[in-house]
This record gives sequence, structure tokens and C-alpha cells, in this order.
Amino acid sequence: MTESKQVISAVVENRPGVLAHISGLFASRGYNIDSLAVGETENPLYSRITVVARGDEAILEQIRKQLAKVIDVIRVTELSGQNFVERDLMLIKVNAPAAKRGEILELAEVFEGKIVDIGVKHIMIEISGPEQKIEAFVELVRPYGIHELVRTGRVAMLRGVSGRPARAAESGEEKKSKN
Amino acid sequence: MRSGAAVLVEALRQEKVDLLFAYPGGSVIPIFDALYDAPDIKLILPRHEQGGGHMADGYARACGRVGVVIATSGPGATNLVTALATANFDSVPLVAITGQVKTKLIGNDAFQEADITGITRPVTKHNFLVRNVDELGHCLTAAFHIARTGRPGPVLVDIPVDVSMAKTDVPLPTEVHLAGYRPHVEGNLRQIRIAAEAINQAQRPVIYAGGGIIISGASDLLRQLAEKSNCPVTTTLMGLGCFPGRSPLSLGMLGMHGTFYANYAIMESDLVVALGARFDDRITGDVTKFAPGARIIHVDIDPASISKNIKVDIPVVGDARLVLEKLVELVHFVERRDWLARIEGWKKKHPLTYSSGGLRPQYVIEQLDEAAPDDAIICTEVGQNQMWTAQYYKFKIPRTFVSSGGLGTMGYGLPAAIGAQLACPGRRVIDVAGDGSIQMNIQELATAVQNKLPVVVCILNNGHLGMVRQWQQLFYKSRYSGTILEGNPDFVKLAEAYGALGRRVTEAKDVRGALDEALASGRTYVLDFVVEPEENVFPMVPAGEAIDRMIGGMT
Repeated sequence: MTESKQVISAVVENRPGVLAHISGLFASRGYNIDSLAVGETENPLYSRITVVARGDEAILEQIRKQLAKVIDVIRVTELSGQNFVERDLMLIKVNAPAAKRGEILELAEVFEGKIVDIGVKHIMIEISGPEQKIEAFVELVRPYGIHELVRTGRVAMLRGVSGRPARAAESGEEKKSKN
Repeated sequence: MRSGAAVLVEALRQEKVDLLFAYPGGSVIPIFDALYDAPDIKLILPRHEQGGGHMADGYARACGRVGVVIATSGPGATNLVTALATANFDSVPLVAITGQVKTKLIGNDAFQEADITGITRPVTKHNFLVRNVDELGHCLTAAFHIARTGRPGPVLVDIPVDVSMAKTDVPLPTEVHLAGYRPHVEGNLRQIRIAAEAINQAQRPVIYAGGGIIISGASDLLRQLAEKSNCPVTTTLMGLGCFPGRSPLSLGMLGMHGTFYANYAIMESDLVVALGARFDDRITGDVTKFAPGARIIHVDIDPASISKNIKVDIPVVGDARLVLEKLVELVHFVERRDWLARIEGWKKKHPLTYSSGGLRPQYVIEQLDEAAPDDAIICTEVGQNQMWTAQYYKFKIPRTFVSSGGLGTMGYGLPAAIGAQLACPGRRVIDVAGDGSIQMNIQELATAVQNKLPVVVCILNNGHLGMVRQWQQLFYKSRYSGTILEGNPDFVKLAEAYGALGRRVTEAKDVRGALDEALASGRTYVLDFVVEPEENVFPMVPAGEAIDRMIGGMT
């Protein structure tokens, strides 16, 4: 069985306890997740959770099914293998004495990073993009010394439109098959 | 305008609840007060909230309706956890109402506060914390809907005491729309056709039927399917009663303590037809060696059950009854003379058997099978008593076997028997117990006596925690660590102290007479059968082995 990563997107009820429910589900069933990001959608009644999970195909299938089984989960979509956009946002505080500052700023520019804070000895950079880009940047600045780093975890969305604008979809969103 | 507690009573009436199990406490006094004015809803007072939960469970399993239990906040609610987990594992429809501290105090470590929705999240189908009385009606209607539909299960509604007292004029909805809950009950016809074709082509098929057949009311259809397609049937523990044990096509139970012939049939089959069963590890043994030459059809209402433990070739997601209605139409009779002859050979060569001499627990169960009417409801505790009952009692009718299968909860049987007796007042209800497990909820004898319930408790008293002792004997060199029950009470005197009747039986010749006497007494009755202390449940598949690696019990 080969292990792979999968990006799973779930639309859930936006109410207290739902995130705890889902993270509890992953913990109690021993599923491995690389990241979990959550935020409100265009409809304030719903949130979208993006999970990057790891496992063989049988485990990934179980993860999707167990998620769909949760009553507060409205829809589960597997994005891997489809045409989707994914982004991860990172804030990174790099050690930056005056002599090195130019090099770091250049690197940040190549990666389309934004300088969000600058001090005598450090620069804080905001950078977003797919996981590989973020990781490549981290490796490049590591030699300068990293003070702190924080990431949102991946968020993802399918390209194109599925036919219904958000407003019309509000009452019609439902899971295909669940229990 | 009426109070939250009054909304609860309305919801109970809407669901036609005429009986519930409720233990009071500070946070539920307003609810008890509202119930005081509802003489149409009978309140049964258990002696422990766990007992109340199991009573609601036994009630639901015996009659198929939603069981209702009420407990107070904090310890009252946490005492329900085992009962909820038991019901969740075995797909039993329950609604548990718990009191909660005032909404303003939630999260403040108030007196008798527990985060019960957090605690029960993994052991319920769903739960609600109702923070606003205007939402209460919606939550209650949704709770009953979720509990009884799809794959049934327990739903907990946590109601803070101020919500019970607050007034609302929001009407109780008769139905609710839940965007995230649409059980898939109709099987896909294309998949059903493929399944039927596989059954028609199979040379060595076996139907493996579970509790889903009983829950969906598909027992008659299962019999039609088996007879029309000429397929032998084995059932799980939870499936006992879904197929007549005396049918020539019956293989009895499979798995760890299943029959030799059921396990052999599965291992030699070329097609396993799983209906409302979930490939539990006690059924499959070593999953990599399970039914090596077979294709697998799996009909289940829970998509998450499919391909969870065993890779399934032909999945059908749907309600067993609706799927079988279509499947029966599509199968035809196939002779399969060689296959059925082989199975017959195994049955003759390796029947269920036990040694004679002394008072054997298996003999007690055989006698009970003869003494009890066909529609008697047999509840069990967990351990050897449960397995002997499963092996030696020939269940004929669905919903006559009430037992904690998935969670394996000791102390389940007596309260479940009380619930079953209240659900089916005209029928005989018997709890088969061990001397260990009966002591886990023995306080419920008081509930049985108070309500004048003619429940008969048959204790198979071997002075040990027998199932663990058996494992210690077989796999731990007879090192009986913590399994010898010294200091057991005199169960006859204990029964009498509670106002029940009691009788001790030490010899085989007295078994039938004692059973007849107890069943005819119309009273709560405890029979203390002093059985052979070191009798084992055989055959047995050691945990984690392939299911044809059976030990013991072979002639």
C-alpha cells in the first residue's frame, strides 16, 4: 500500500463545537493530518475546512466517509486529482543584520513575498503560495537564521464554477450519500 | 408562551413517547416538574443513570421504538456515557436528555458541570447543547429524527436549567431539514443487479447477516433470499433471531465463538454476501486470511462501514429491507449440491458440543430454550454467559436477543431486560447473567420489583470472571490474576432482600423445574445456577488468528 497525501475540502455548519468534533474524529481514529484550516464561507451559516491528510487509499477513503458521516458536515470534496488551486500563507521572521538585509529582500522579491515588519536585526516576510514554494523559501532563508515562523495550513478551491452561485446554493447544498 | 420543559413534553408527545427512564437532579427539576403534569408519559426511576440508559436501550431493541432517558448534569450525565457508547456501537435509537448548569455558568466549573456534549461526541450519533429556548423544539425534533433514521443511534440533547425554565412561543416543528443529514436508503439498482448476478453465478456462496437485518425489519426477506437462491446463512451475534436457527440452511453464528461449520463455510466460500453486518474483528479474525477465495458483496446503510475492514468487491449502500426487496426478485434457484453436502458433512462432524457431568452452563441454556416460549426475549450480560446463550439458545424471532455486541458492556443485561419487559409487557423476559456481570447493575432489581416486572434472572454462577479466566487458562498458563470472585453475596437472599424471589440450583435434574417455576411466578425472580467453575466456551478462535484455526469443542 502506498502512502499519499490528499487535500479534502468540507463544508460544515458554522457553529461552536464543529471544529472540535472534526479534530476529535481525526484524533480518535488515529488519522494523520498535515494541516487543517478553517474559515467562514461566503455564507455565514457555513464554514469550509481544508484538510491535508496522509495515508494509503483505504485510509483516505475512510477519512472522507467518516467526515461525511458527521451530521454537521454538509459536503465533502476530494480535491487531489482535480484541477484546483491551493495556497498556504506564512509569516516568517528572519534574522537580518544590515549586511545581509539586501540579500534577504532580494529573495523575498523573487518569491513575491511582502515585507510586513522590519527592525534593526530582523525582517518579517509574508509569503503565500503552494506548499513547495513556501518550503523552498524556508530552506533558502534558513542559513540566515529563522526567529519564528507560522503557517495557516493549506486552503484549496476547485477551478471553474459548478453552476450555481452561492446565493442559490444555500438551501440546496447537501451530501450525496451519507448516514 | 410555555417553558422549555413544556416544549420537551410536547416533543415527547409528538414522538408518541409513553414511557421514559429518568433519574432526577438539580438541573432537571423543571423537567421533572413538567412531567409531573403528564400522566400519559410514564416515568420509570432507575437506581443508577447507567441502568436508566440501558433500560432505554433494551426498550428500543425489544420494540424498535426510540428509547428515552433523562439524567441531570455532571455525574448524572457522565453516568450515561457507557449506555450511550453501548447503543452507538449496536445502532440503537436513543434520545438522552441531560440537564446542564445555567448557560451563564457553562465553562466556569460550576457545581455538577460536565462538558457532556464534548465527552459524548465520539459515542453518540449526534448531540446538541441548547443555549436558547427558541432552538429547543428544533433540536428535539431533529434528535428523534436522527436517532431513528438511517443507521440508528443515540442522540444527546443537553439542556441548561435556565433554558428549561425560559419561555418561548416558537412552535415545535413536526419535521426538520438538516442540510448535512440525508441517509441513503435506496440501494443503487445497477449495483443490486451486479450483486444478484454474482449470487446466481456463485458455486459456494454464504450469506453473512447482521443486526442490520433486524433493525430494518428484513428477516422475512432474508429467508426468501436464502431459500430462493439456495444459499446457506450464518449470522453475527447481533443478527441472532434474524434467520430461523432450525432451518437446514442455517449455519448458526460465525466468528470467534461461532460454529465450526459457519467459519469453515466462510473460509471455503467463493462469495460472501454481507447484509447489515460490519466485519467486526470478532467475526473476521485475521483480516488478511478472511475468506481468501471469495468475492464480497456488502449491503449496508452506512457508507463508512463499506471497505473499512475488508475490501469489498460489490458495495451496495442502502437499507437492508429496501435492497433485499429488489435483490430477492433478481436471484434464482441454483442446486449447489456439492457445496451444501460439504457443509452438511461439517455439521455432522463438528456439531456444537460440551462435556457432561455436573451442572453445565450450556445445559442450563438448552433447558431455557425448551422452557421459554418462542417469543421470549433473552437478554444477556457479557462474557461466557453471553456466548453460551448465543450458541445454545435457538433464536427464532427477530428482536428476541438483546445483548451488548459491539461495546461488550458487562452490567447491560438486567437493566436491558427491565426495558424490554416494559416494552413488551405480555411477554417473558429473561436475563442470562454471570455472577460477575450481574453485580455491575444489580441495584436495578429494585426497579424491577418496584414496577412489578416478572423478569427472570438466570445467573450462571461459576465464581469467576469466566471469559477472562478462560483466556488466562488458555493463553496465560492459568495465572488467574484478578478473576476469582471471592466474597460473592448469597444471590437468593439478595433477591429476597430486594423483594424478589430467589432459588439456588446445584443439580442438573432441578434446572427445568426451577425455570418453569420462575417463568410461571409472575414475579421478579433470581435463579442462582451454581455451575462448573472452570467450564470454557468452545469452539474458540484465538484473537487475531484466521477463523478456521479453531480450538476446543470438537468431537
